[in-house]
Amino acid sequence: MELVYFYILSFIVVVSAVFVVFLRRPLHNVLFMILTMIGVACLMLQLEAEFIAMVQLIVYAGAVMVLFLFVVMLVNITQADLLSQLSAVRGWAGALVAFAIFGVILTVFKVGGQTAAPQAQAAQHLTNTELVARELFTTYLLPFEVASVLLLAAIIGAVILVRKGR
Amino acid sequence: MDAAIPMILVVVKVLLVLGAVLTLVAYITLLERKLLGWIQVRLGPNRVGPWGLLQPLADGIKLLTKEEITVTKANRVVYILAPMIVVVCALIPFGVIPFAKGLGLERLLGGAAERFDLNTGVIADINVGILFIFAISSLGAYGVILGGWASNSKYSLLGGIRTGAQMISYELGLSLAVVGVLMIAGTLSLVEIVGEQSSVLRWFVFRQPVGFLLFLIAGAAEICRTPFDVIECENELVAGYQTEYSSMKFGLFYLGEYAHLLFLSALITTLFFGGWQGPIFPPIVWFMGKTFFFVFFFIWVRATYPRLRYDRVMAFGWKVLLPVGLINVMMTAFIYTVWLQFTGRGL
Repeated sequence: MELVYFYILSFIVVVSAVFVVFLRRPLHNVLFMILTMIGVACLMLQLEAEFIAMVQLIVYAGAVMVLFLFVVMLVNITQADLLSQLSAVRGWAGALVAFAIFGVILTVFKVGGQTAAPQAQAAQHLTNTELVARELFTTYLLPFEVASVLLLAAIIGAVILVRKGR
Repeated sequence: MDAAIPMILVVVKVLLVLGAVLTLVAYITLLERKLLGWIQVRLGPNRVGPWGLLQPLADGIKLLTKEEITVTKANRVVYILAPMIVVVCALIPFGVIPFAKGLGLERLLGGAAERFDLNTGVIADINVGILFIFAISSLGAYGVILGGWASNSKYSLLGGIRTGAQMISYELGLSLAVVGVLMIAGTLSLVEIVGEQSSVLRWFVFRQPVGFLLFLIAGAAEICRTPFDVIECENELVAGYQTEYSSMKFGLFYLGEYAHLLFLSALITTLFFGGWQGPIFPPIVWFMGKTFFFVFFFIWVRATYPRLRYDRVMAFGWKVLLPVGLINVMMTAFIYTVWLQFTGRGL
């Protein structure tokens, strides 16, 4: 039964991701990207990572994609206009980056597949949220704080960019 | 067979809650018109049925039988999809609200009540309940934004964009207002949050007064109630994102709006007023009573306050609500830690 759900969800995710790339109107691309995000969140739910799934919905499907939608709605361009501006070099560079990322993901799966299992077993009595919190504030405290400083710098940068006009 | 019974029971539960919610939403529209009438020294609807009690039914029939107009230049698929998104996202979160506990079914059904989880009074007690609510409500914003865009009219588009901006801005305030509660309760599950408020003094409205006020204000802005209803500000935008909608598609937007009102009231009850808990009367009566107090409160506010100007709404959200929310979180953390140091137990 779980496997059936998994295949249905994966099918939705993959097909909508393909639509994101190939549909003509930017608004449709954004809509299918939202669908992809929701599908990924559902896949995470299947992995019993309910906290990450909800954060995925709130941050990516909710907040980030709304901003995408705003830009697309207000600018009102078609993909054909964009494609005519796109040079061949940039296209190939994009493809190269995509393959590089794919390689990284494959490597992570190869390496991470063996180590993740015992951790999950050890934490049977904790809920997902508690586990994430504990790991963030003990094992990964320094990277966590560094990331938050980086985000703070980004926020200040955004504020300065907006204020420049005055 | 044994695997099928829980499935069927879940469907029954969902239908039960859905039926109750839709009926209540229909009567909240009547309640609003009646209350607004009385506050403005009018009678309100009183022609259909005794005291106008059949008015929602008449409204429903009217909406269903009205001519359905689809704007010629509209983006058809998105235009039809938008009201659906609004209604679905308004109804789904009711699944995690604990309405009651101990429905008295154990006498009726014996061990089966325990075994099939019938006695909990909540459809799904998930351990990320509050995050689930925020996730679904952030998706609900799409319905309004897309409806505004797909209508291909300037009033609709402006209304849709206003909604999107307002919802994103106030979602921050709303989430920050809840963080204090979550820190003290130490859980994201709504059932456990209610369990945490076992006596009146332990209600979170007393332990998190600032959080409660923030939540009330940000909540009103999130569901676009007066004084934050700038998205359908009729003297600037005709009717905002729903300008080009007619018949039942308009009806769905309307339904979504009032379902949001009911849901927000239920959520305030659950988070800050001890949920279904109370003496003498059965839990469901307490829950409904508290919820309808807030429904009444929001209608009362609508009758009392004028609408804010749009830039003031945004400035208030970012410059007042957000900083106060952040300070509240920090103060709660500080007091909690100190209290833990001296007494050795949580707040």
